[in-house]
Amino acid sequence: MFAYDFMQNAFLASTFIALTTGIVGVFVTARGMSFLAHTLSEIGFAGAAFAVFVGIRPLDGMLLTTILSSVTVGKLSVRASRREASISAVSSLFTGLGILFLALSAKSSSYATTILFGSIIGISRADVWQLVALAALVLVTMSVAFRSLAFDSFDPVGAAAQGLRRNVIGIYFLLILAVSVSIGAQIVGSLLVFILLTLPPAVAKYLGRTLPQMLVISVAAALIGVWSGLVLGYYTNWPVTFFIAAIECVFYFAALLVHRRRD
Amino acid sequence: MASPLLTVDHLTFGFHDRQLYSDLSFNLARGSMTSLIGANGVGKTTLIRLLMGQLTPQSGHITHAPDMRLGYVPQFRNIDPEYPLSLRSFIQLNQRGHWFPWHTQAEKQQLDAVIRKTALTARQGQLLGKASGGEKQKAYLAQALLTEPNFLILDEATASLDVNTKTELMTLVRQLSQQFGLTVLFVTHDLELAREYTDQYLLLTATGHELRSTQLMEPANMPAELRPAEEVR
Ligand SMILES: Nc1ncnc2c1ncn2[C@@H]1O[C@H](COP(=O)(O)OP(=O)(O)OP(=O)(O)O)[C@@H](O)[C@H]1O
Ligand SMILES: [Mg+2]
Repeated sequence: MFAYDFMQNAFLASTFIALTTGIVGVFVTARGMSFLAHTLSEIGFAGAAFAVFVGIRPLDGMLLTTILSSVTVGKLSVRASRREASISAVSSLFTGLGILFLALSAKSSSYATTILFGSIIGISRADVWQLVALAALVLVTMSVAFRSLAFDSFDPVGAAAQGLRRNVIGIYFLLILAVSVSIGAQIVGSLLVFILLTLPPAVAKYLGRTLPQMLVISVAAALIGVWSGLVLGYYTNWPVTFFIAAIECVFYFAALLVHRRRD
Repeated sequence: MASPLLTVDHLTFGFHDRQLYSDLSFNLARGSMTSLIGANGVGKTTLIRLLMGQLTPQSGHITHAPDMRLGYVPQFRNIDPEYPLSLRSFIQLNQRGHWFPWHTQAEKQQLDAVIRKTALTARQGQLLGKASGGEKQKAYLAQALLTEPNFLILDEATASLDVNTKTELMTLVRQLSQQFGLTVLFVTHDLELAREYTDQYLLLTATGHELRSTQLMEPANMPAELRPAEEVR
């Protein structure tokens, strides 16, 4: 299986993707930003479709649109009262735009499936290095800001009482999330990157009691999911994304059961 | 006598149309324990925000000793029953002396010491979401103590606690104050507690303020809205 270049690339890329989404996801969950992650992935879809339309690489298009929109969308979601409706409105607009750009660019419909549902065969060695570089950028900046980000995410009231600059941290995290959504979408697709950002952290939330435990569990759940997904996809020819989604769901419900039992 | 830790001098402040204080003056001696009392909405939390520098006085001055290190336990915390971290991990969030994510041996020892001081050693592995109200308050207190403050502000820390737990928490705070010379400002609606555990009280009312020894406190002379229910007829 590893004799094939595309499988090597897929493994390398998905390892870094799982690391990034596993770690970033823990903070997404703690900050109650799952819904926002979903919106950003739809905006990313529109960005990727736009990229196809103008002839640049889909990942670049996703990065561009998610980064540019993340702060605005983040602000929208802070106003708790009209959160749901205004974010849904933004989501539908961008999904619509994505479909429009795909139609205009008159590429075959397989392109649309690749962007929406992910693909492992489309990833070149150069793409892998770009993903690795982006993942490293996210992980390095996160380790530098780790303590402030953790405080702000797990105890916003306490963080404010200690005089942390909460709006700076908030904006920083939105940018991190934008990049994570864009790179995560490369394997599982923009429709399901949401899975990798929310289910492994949910497992971690049910099973861990300390932040390091949660990070390890979340990364492990993400890694096992993408690795087994790739192997199963290779042998069955079924979509990798299907397996990843199924495995993460099994993990999630198993963790939920364990959690219920404990109480 | 040593210089006071904090001096408030002719402070005036209000929001838009609503004036909260005009000409508020008092000072807090080092190691003193002071209750801040007053009806709901009179401006106690706002006064704390002024003391912390989060709001700017409209006129007057707030001066603190150069060595003042403030620890603040806020009035409201949003901890739901599903909150995932243990007491220990929650307390540790405020340990921010280094930039790297892992904690050093020295930091772990300091954390152990604070957990011991707040009598949480046996309960530190408990999930915060499932902890009792008293354990939660102690965890909030422990978190604030991690930065080794010499001035501690507690905003209604005992509001939701039963009598025994209140007493336990206040005994702990008094002990800390005596052992480490901690200056304490304690916001409360509980006149009994104020009299029992603090040396002086600062009463805020819509029309003015007074700072007095709690020895001189006469619940019967307090504004009606602060008196215990059975005394208001
Ligand atoms: N940011 C703000 N903008 C406008 N008004 C405010 C603001 N914060 C507080 N207020 C008002 O100032 C008054 C004092 O509020 P504060 O929270 O200081 O009261 P408090 O004495 O702490 O009350 P409680 O006992 O209920 O905690 C209230 O009327 C409140 O509505
Ligand atoms: Mg208040």
